[in-house]
Amino acid sequence: MIPSAFEYHRPGDLASAIGILTEYGDEARVIAGGHSLIPMMKLRMAQIGHLVDLQNLDELKGIRVTGSAITIGALVTQAELIAHDGLATAAPILREAALQIADPQVRYMGTVGGNVANGDPGNDMPGLMQCLNARFTLVGPDGSRDVAARDFYHSAYMTERSDDEILTQITFAPPAGGFAYEKQKRKIGDYATAAAAVQLTKSGGTVAGASIAMTNLSDTPVWSEAAGAALVGSTCGAEAVMQSVAAMLGDIDPQQDNRGPIDFKRHVAGVILARAIARAWSRA
Amino acid sequence: MGKKMQISLTVNGEVHDILAEPRELLIHTLRERLGITGPHIGCETSHCGACTVDMNGKSVKACTLFVAQADGAEITTIEGLGAPDALHALQRSFREHHGLQCGYCTPGMITRAHRLLQEIPNPTEEEVRFGMAGNLCRCTGYQNIVKSILAAAAELNAKEAAE
Ligand SMILES: Cc1cc2nc3c(=O)[nH]c(=O)nc-3n(C[C@H](O)[C@H](O)[C@H](O)COP(=O)(O)OP(=O)(O)OC[C@H]3O[C@@H](n4cnc5c(N)ncnc54)[C@H](O)[C@@H]3O)c2cc1C
Ligand code: FES
Ligand code: FES
Repeated sequence: MIPSAFEYHRPGDLASAIGILTEYGDEARVIAGGHSLIPMMKLRMAQIGHLVDLQNLDELKGIRVTGSAITIGALVTQAELIAHDGLATAAPILREAALQIADPQVRYMGTVGGNVANGDPGNDMPGLMQCLNARFTLVGPDGSRDVAARDFYHSAYMTERSDDEILTQITFAPPAGGFAYEKQKRKIGDYATAAAAVQLTKSGGTVAGASIAMTNLSDTPVWSEAAGAALVGSTCGAEAVMQSVAAMLGDIDPQQDNRGPIDFKRHVAGVILARAIARAWSRA
Repeated sequence: MGKKMQISLTVNGEVHDILAEPRELLIHTLRERLGITGPHIGCETSHCGACTVDMNGKSVKACTLFVAQADGAEITTIEGLGAPDALHALQRSFREHHGLQCGYCTPGMITRAHRLLQEIPNPTEEEVRFGMAGNLCRCTGYQNIVKSILAAAAELNAKEAAE
């Protein structure tokens, strides 16, 4: 379980970090909390010549909540996210989801930026950020650009980010209405067998808008526009929920693995989404 | 062999300046280089928590940290919490309530429980179970571990109230 040798860098600001990435090209890789990367390096599934530790980049830290936008620095840990009361009031789905990630030790190290940049379909934050329609800010040698979470994931571990770009922050509008993050796992601390992120708004007794994203049911997170649309205008009764689940099942593509065969995963996905919708509706 | 680097760690209040490859895992540094063998290696794959230490006020798994990341950090291990002739309230409580059998998981359990009681000084049983979810035990069945932590919390709170 010893990774291959690398040279370690701990730059003091974003510009120097990008300088190191530019200098060493695809030999270099950034490390945030290391709780996805180090296990991969130990298995020698990732071989890295130059490891660039982001821990001193203060520009990537902190949470800002205003009436119109919420910004989370890439280096904010799951533990910091959970502890932030302003964030829990403005976007409670984040705390609900983060408490279902891993265990206390992992949440002390693992960062939100690392979770969304990693590209592992098992990570919980990417689907959540698609549900919230968040934007990721990427900074590289040619400047800064924003990419929608819904456009960021190409396939497992392949994202819109290029090797010399650093994800600096995540931004989204404060969500309105009811919410739920529902996750089925084999044991506490496990990745999802299936998870659903739901935000919905209510107006005059019916659903005014709904956003639904699913985790670990495809090689990327799946934002199911059709599953949300199926609820709009309904009173969130059994029929509407069934239609939403059917629409979601048309958008996912789970594979058989040690979390179960395809039919089982599709079944669990339906159960989890129905529960998430019911909980979000009860809070709307 | 990779290039070595100068690294400084403060462990249980003592400063150690070492020359190590950055890829060395913190748990190996502690156990093999510094002879601090309280933290154990159970799984080495970030799952069991036997290697738990306190770093800059956070519970972390020392098998999932490169020593280079810990350069400049303050680390506390079970050795820093109590001594055989001056046990910490948690250590006494684990002994009294049968919170261990083989003892393999115990240093990680107590080091994590110590941080948990800083986070939540007066936890409910459910909060103890959730807060200890990163530590596995193959012997006790957890009931007595939870009991030990709750009893230590009560003792520490009573002591604080008396002061
Ligand atoms: C036992 C265990 C259980 C877990 N369970 C879950 C779970 O249930 N749900 C879940 O979502 N996750 C889980 N994880 C993963 C954990 O949440 C990781 O911490 C997270 O996936 C990655 O965050 P990190 O900060 O540790 O990133 P790192 O491991 O440091 O990096 C991950 C990847 O992202 C890249 N990266 C990191 N930060 C940036 C950045 N700012 N810009 C560009 N690239 C970047 C790195 O180069 C690397 O490729 C678990 C991990 C363990 C060890
Ligand atoms: S040895 Fe580190 S978590 Fe098991
Ligand atoms: S006492 Fe034996 S593993 Fe916990």
